[in-house]
Amino acid sequence: MNPPSVIDLPTFEALKEAMGADFISELVQAYFDETPQLLAKLQQALAKQDCDAFRQAAHSIKSTSNSFGALEFGAQAKELEMMGREARLDGAPGKVESLLTGYEAVKQALAELSRG
Amino acid sequence: MASGGPGRLLVVDDNKVNRLLLGRSLEQQGHSIEMAENGRQALEMMHARPFDLVLLDIEMPEMDGYQVLEKVSADLQLRDIPIIITSALEELNSVVRCIEMGAEDYLTKPVNPVLLKARIGASLEKKRLRDQQRELIRKFATSEVATDLETSGFSLGGKFVEATAMFSDIRSFTTIAESQTPAETIELLNTYYTLMFEAISDQGGVVNQMVGDGLMAIFGAPLVQADHCERAVKASLDMIDMIRLLNADRLAQGKAEIRIGIGIASGQVIAGYTGTTRRATYTCVGDTVNLAARLESHTKVVGKPILIDDTTRGALSPAIKVEAEGPFQLKGKTAEVQVFSVPLNQKE
Repeated sequence: MNPPSVIDLPTFEALKEAMGADFISELVQAYFDETPQLLAKLQQALAKQDCDAFRQAAHSIKSTSNSFGALEFGAQAKELEMMGREARLDGAPGKVESLLTGYEAVKQALAELSRG
Repeated sequence: MASGGPGRLLVVDDNKVNRLLLGRSLEQQGHSIEMAENGRQALEMMHARPFDLVLLDIEMPEMDGYQVLEKVSADLQLRDIPIIITSALEELNSVVRCIEMGAEDYLTKPVNPVLLKARIGASLEKKRLRDQQRELIRKFATSEVATDLETSGFSLGGKFVEATAMFSDIRSFTTIAESQTPAETIELLNTYYTLMFEAISDQGGVVNQMVGDGLMAIFGAPLVQADHCERAVKASLDMIDMIRLLNADRLAQGKAEIRIGIGIASGQVIAGYTGTTRRATYTCVGDTVNLAARLESHTKVVGKPILIDDTTRGALSPAIKVEAEGPFQLKGKTAEVQVFSVPLNQKE
């Protein structure tokens, strides 16, 4: 996947312009620090079938990812958030797996963009 | 004051990226920012330092946005700090709930900087107005009214309450005013009001009107007092006593004595805040209030300084002596009214 398909460029550029180029790298770094923790929480919550924790972790991932323009990834997280809210985690394992894969792509794209 | 001037803001979000994003935008707009990672931490910070505004996330571990709103709205110290909810677009139902719980406004995440600026500016401006209003209330209202306003909020609606109304007026004030300089007249009024306020507040009464040399006070509202009749009469005796002291002082300075008349009536009154949300006063209206005003002007006819109605008299303890002045036909009343005077020398 190339960056534009993972990250919505207008959203990212607008953020960069609003926040300043220096600050964007700090922000991206915070995202890189936080997201793996949230993904881990999501997996733990799934293992324990803790719908509330599952929903919260997915919610947080969605919210920050959308800020950077990772809209598709954000939408995946949102779907998981909804599953948590409705307490139906039976279809979740596959979707969590694909979210983990999706994060790698987002991470790569964001790293490139914040350097550029 | 420019709208959207800088303020001290607290950003509450469990997500570091969100905190950084909001914090950065707000700093760029000139505000000073502190951050909390959850509701519990936010409340601790709000108790420790004053904030002009709080940006609050809903979903958070330890203590979520709803719990924060609940705590804040029950906390007199914190409830006036405006809270803007930051939420995801699809959480509109939660936003409605937050607004119902007392949140001032909301912003959807990711936050648009232009909207952020506008909403923050408007909220800060509203807070400044409310702070000014509170300052005015502190200056011009009694602590009872100020407390009642703070606990009830600015509900302007009225209710029926059992209370005692009191009117007091300086006799021949115009003549006195003509015999001295304007500065002396204002000084006299200020001294007079200070003394009357003290006598009335000491008995738990509330002065709610001052017009020229007259004032109106209410006992038993907004704070309920079972013995409002007795309190009003005791206050009136204290008022006369204070005027006696003031006169001793005035005589020593070669100035004319002043005399006051006081009318007191008890019963049902309609009480509430009247005005607009910008400027409100605690007012009481109704027959009881009119009767108190009539009795006050009737003191001139009877030649006694304190006149009370039968309802007030009936509620007094035996320790307070009263004298029947007989039934009078008062202006605006169809039936005759039993009038009693309260002798100044109660200790005999």
